Amino acid sequence: MKIKIVVGTVLLGLILFHHVIAQQPPALTSKNEVGHPSRFGFGRLATTTEIALWDIDVRPDGKGLPAGQGNALKGKAIYTIKCMACHGNNDTDLSKIKPPAPLLVSDTLAKSRPKAIGNYWPYATTLFDYIRRSMPYNQPGSLTDNEVYSLTAYLLYANKILKQDQVLNANTLPAIVMPAKKLFIMDDRKGGPEIK
Amino acid sequence: MKEQKKNKPVSKSNKISRRALLGGVVAAAVLPVNSIFAKHIQTAAPVAPEPLEDPTKVIGPGPSAQGKRSAFEHPVRKFSETSSRSPLQDFHSTITPADLHYERHHAGIPAIDPQKYELLIHGMVERPMKFTLAELKRFPAVSRICFLECAGNFRGGKEDLTPQDILGLTSQSEWTGVMLSTLFREVGVDPKASWFLAEGSDAAVMTRTVPVKKAWDDAMVVYAQNGEAIRPEQGYPVRLLLPGWEGNMNIKWLRRIEISDEPYMTREETSKYTYPVKDRIRMFSFEMDARSIITFPSYPQKIMPGWVEIRGIAWSGRGKIVKVEVSTDAGETWQDSGLQEPVLSKAHTYFRHLWQWDGSPTEILSRAVDETGYIQPTLKQLAEARGTAMGGYHMNPITSWQIKADGSTWFKPE
Ligand code: HEC
Repeated sequence: MKIKIVVGTVLLGLILFHHVIAQQPPALTSKNEVGHPSRFGFGRLATTTEIALWDIDVRPDGKGLPAGQGNALKGKAIYTIKCMACHGNNDTDLSKIKPPAPLLVSDTLAKSRPKAIGNYWPYATTLFDYIRRSMPYNQPGSLTDNEVYSLTAYLLYANKILKQDQVLNANTLPAIVMPAKKLFIMDDRKGGPEIK
Repeated sequence: MKEQKKNKPVSKSNKISRRALLGGVVAAAVLPVNSIFAKHIQTAAPVAPEPLEDPTKVIGPGPSAQGKRSAFEHPVRKFSETSSRSPLQDFHSTITPADLHYERHHAGIPAIDPQKYELLIHGMVERPMKFTLAELKRFPAVSRICFLECAGNFRGGKEDLTPQDILGLTSQSEWTGVMLSTLFREVGVDPKASWFLAEGSDAAVMTRTVPVKKAWDDAMVVYAQNGEAIRPEQGYPVRLLLPGWEGNMNIKWLRRIEISDEPYMTREETSKYTYPVKDRIRMFSFEMDARSIITFPSYPQKIMPGWVEIRGIAWSGRGKIVKVEVSTDAGETWQDSGLQEPVLSKAHTYFRHLWQWDGSPTEILSRAVDETGYIQPTLKQLAEARGTAMGGYHMNPITSWQIKADGSTWFKPE
């Protein structure tokens, strides 16, 4: 078994955040694979149309982002209609009636600082990916790509990361560096007696 | 995400519940109401038959198409709107009956037609491919017993907690399916690939990224649980199984795997399932650390002076349990308990320890040691290592039960 370790992005000088472990497939020697052919020939090739239908993920480097665009102003209007009932309006003190869905803006409450997009999320692309696939909670997958860009822009604006008139699209979204990114570290525990 | 919060037991706060909201505020906001939660409501337990004075004098009912539990037994999951917990205190060995397996899902249980089911594998592969359920079953099959555990499996804060309340988000099954490595060879995974995205077909379209290394090690795509088709709430018809790794990554209702050379940083691996460690936030904690709990005696059980067999379960996501130590004097001294054979890797392991209780108040504790030499820590040790803001993920502290003079058993909150 050949293991190739490529040390990638180094953050904050010292923190080894992002190590990529590419691995050659091991030879057919594991006990579960004894006597297996190199291929069984089961299954069929997937068509590009079939792949496009399901392939909705977005990576931090922007891979997977669709065409289209949006901004915070449009996003706020959509948010008011489609999100506010569950997530709150993002400026009132909600300590009396806590909305049932997570707060999306930190410092929403007068004195607390809940973990939210602005102070906890390491990648802005995650917001697009997550909203597109699963929000609004009661109508997942119902938003257009432009609506998702606008909602992402609005939530970034509400978290003081984007300006209100800044255009968000497949080029500008992956370029955003989230304030919390520098805090994240990969778990490097390997077992053994150490408690970490 | 109530279950990830420390010191936050089953309390009724003034916040609006999701169910109330889905039916109320949202309806008012002119959004269609989706009552997915209605499915969760369980029917009442069957009424026990009138016990017979002498069962040898009356012919009983004959065979039937499907067996049921004795009407005198009522093990039940405790459930909230987002999860349900296994009644660990009711189990005598380590296979969880499938209908009592814990659940955690993010947008309800989807209904998937097994005839229409297909798994797509694409991305950094020679041949992007789709497999039907029947095709998955044609591949060589493998069965494996292992535990699953939610990474937020820790509650404390008050004395009247059962094992189910404290850490009921773990269960164990025998899973059957195809090794993921077999499927990866079938599609010809690019040797430069390092991560893969796994995606479910529930309304959360749940996604997590997993190192490709796990596929070459022991990951499986499974379609059976304890011999029969997987339960709907466990991912019917097909789920990913990553032995020893946090529950959330074992994507249920698996519909797509995309091979990649970097992680996707999905919401569940950034906003959730990450936790503060000192002044940093730790992410990608895959393995569930070694842990144990005494399930007998536990709250609300009562013991009598004399011989008591202390019983419980221990497990580690890093391999086999090699030792479970038990203390009957509040942690002063420790003795090795007996482990039920066979001890399996990444599996709940039953332990038993014979104790003669003299009737004086004390505390009983258990501590698991796994094959890497890891010793289950105390809450204090975890707080020292991670800081007091450590949150509720990947918490595996030693749990202690107080035995009062009347034999009653109470959880010891810390
Ligand atoms: C019916 C109630 C409801 C509506 C409407 C709704 N959400 Fe949500 N939202 C939720 C719930 C519940 C969660 C938590 C889901 C979970 O934990 O799996 C959530 C989670 C989120 C999160 C992740 C928060 C975090 O900290 O991880 C984001 C972002 C989000 N919603 C955005 C939106 C947007 C944008 C809209 C409007 C298009 C919207 N939501 C509409 C209920 C709702």
